[in-house]
Amino acid sequence: MLYREAGDFKTSYASDNQTFPIRFDRYAYWVVMAVAFLVLPMVMNDYWANSIVVPFMIYVIAALGLNILIGYTGLLSLGTAAFMAVGAYATFKLSTAFPAMPIYLVFILSGLVTSAVGVLFGLPSLKIKGFYLAVATLAAQFFLIWLFTRYGWFFNYSSTGQISMPERSMFGVTITGATASSTAVYFTCLIFTVAMAWLARNLTRGQMGRTWMAIRDMDIAAEIIGVNPLIAKLSSFAVSSFFVGVAGALMFGVYLGAVEAGEAFGINKSFLVLFMVIIGGLGSILGSFLGAAFLVVLPVLLKILLVDNLGWPADLARHLEIMIIGALIIIVLIAEPHGMAALWRTIKEKLRLWPFPH
Amino acid sequence: MLDQPAEGYVTADGRQIGPVVLELKNITLRFGGVEAIKNISFDIREGEIRAIIGPNGAGKSSMMNVISGFYVPQEGEILYKGYKRRKMPPYQVARTGIARTFQNIALFEGMSVLDNIMTGRMNLMKSGFLKQALWWGPASREEDEHREKVEKVIDFLEIQHIRKTPVARLPYGLKKRVELARALAAEPQILLLDEPMAGMNVEEKEDMSRFILDVNDEFGTTIVLIEHDMGVVMDLSDRVVVMDYGKKIGDGTPDEVRNNQDVIDAYLGVAHE
Repeated sequence: MLYREAGDFKTSYASDNQTFPIRFDRYAYWVVMAVAFLVLPMVMNDYWANSIVVPFMIYVIAALGLNILIGYTGLLSLGTAAFMAVGAYATFKLSTAFPAMPIYLVFILSGLVTSAVGVLFGLPSLKIKGFYLAVATLAAQFFLIWLFTRYGWFFNYSSTGQISMPERSMFGVTITGATASSTAVYFTCLIFTVAMAWLARNLTRGQMGRTWMAIRDMDIAAEIIGVNPLIAKLSSFAVSSFFVGVAGALMFGVYLGAVEAGEAFGINKSFLVLFMVIIGGLGSILGSFLGAAFLVVLPVLLKILLVDNLGWPADLARHLEIMIIGALIIIVLIAEPHGMAALWRTIKEKLRLWPFPH
Repeated sequence: MLDQPAEGYVTADGRQIGPVVLELKNITLRFGGVEAIKNISFDIREGEIRAIIGPNGAGKSSMMNVISGFYVPQEGEILYKGYKRRKMPPYQVARTGIARTFQNIALFEGMSVLDNIMTGRMNLMKSGFLKQALWWGPASREEDEHREKVEKVIDFLEIQHIRKTPVARLPYGLKKRVELARALAAEPQILLLDEPMAGMNVEEKEDMSRFILDVNDEFGTTIVLIEHDMGVVMDLSDRVVVMDYGKKIGDGTPDEVRNNQDVIDAYLGVAHE
């Protein structure tokens, strides 16, 4: 009796409302946590950590943020990378201006700064929606990147126009900078990812999430019921930007170490995160994980397969990889327009009854 | 009508009707050059079932939208619980205890039935942003308390079996019922029902009529009802307003309205000849 809800009686509303109503899922969740916290750091080498696991986790946070905005509130944004840049530059400014500040606090404050910027650029959402809003957020993308490359104050007037993360440690462990160990980086990202996913789940399961979804599904009815659209939309922008800002802060602080706004946070990155959310599943926390995994892991796997194993030239493999991923995106969207999370849901429904068809 | 005392009375079937709770005075609503509502006044008493009837395009739904704050009339005033209601957005009107359902179902299709009904309790839930983010103690406890109230509504409307079903999968009749549940979850003083029985078969209409009467009887909710089924309207309501081309042409008990010559001419017309 692996995947069954029969016999798993719920006797309180709290237990009926829990995140994983099926016992098997709950065990699976703890197993994943144990593997992530205990097993992976032991067995993983630096290559896997740096090329797959760390970017995966950072993109998960960004995808969670964008999913709150698009998937839960129905507000389309193309400015994700610019908001990541805000997080990154806030981290740079904060950690250079206050060297003694604990670095985790810097990341969180950077998220809050991004939140404020997000609310500012979210203001048009009160009047416009859909494609028009997407274009308005596109303005944020170009304006912010222009601002960060143009005004020296943002990169401390460095001659290259780049920002590079100074070395910072917490409790004697170096977390940022060139000498940070990959274990420290891994755990930093893991702690943030788990905490952010937990926050996202809490915010979307309760009153807040229902307010957002009500706006998404039918904004007029939501308003008649008592949703203040101003607060609902701006809070969604604030929370979403907070997540995206933290992702940007981590991307700059612990992953890349040195960035130049136009290069690291261009429109391509906005689209990448958008694809993650769409492929993973709009309005699903799990979907953000699946989408990020799909788009981070797949290129690496393809590269390993084509270049390392089959010995193809790297540039040929690179082009083929783009084609394969493009095709896969289309296939996934045709097969399951609601993303991989919906695919997973269907599998689960089948599993509940397995081996019987009904 | 004139013999009804201001402080309230008891109906023939023993329901307590209170004093006037909502009064509309000389309401005029225009869309550009079109006058959708022309200088209409009527009142709604506490605990009564008040129907608004009229042919298509008479302005009934516009009237409903005026009451729920979605349209702001150019002229006239609304007195709610004795005070003039200032101009306010619909979500604030909802907070004053007025809930409604829609002619074309306006449920949140992407959410489960339970979540839809829980949104009805939006204005009664107090947990702040941070408490919800942490989901410790207060927020989670509040969720469970409100869930209990919502479960009572679910029991009341007999929709236990579809509690966790996404709304998009439900048939029409059940959607209407879920929408009523969402409005009821808000524990409104006045419940506005815009054609709650449109497109239903006889059995579904009977169910819905029973629910409307039960809501009124058990919770003492004042109900304002737009409906085209004359049999239902005449059976359910205490008083009826009749509208035609934006004007009020009749107002009174079902019997008075039925015998009003203007109403017969304009609306019931030859059907009753």
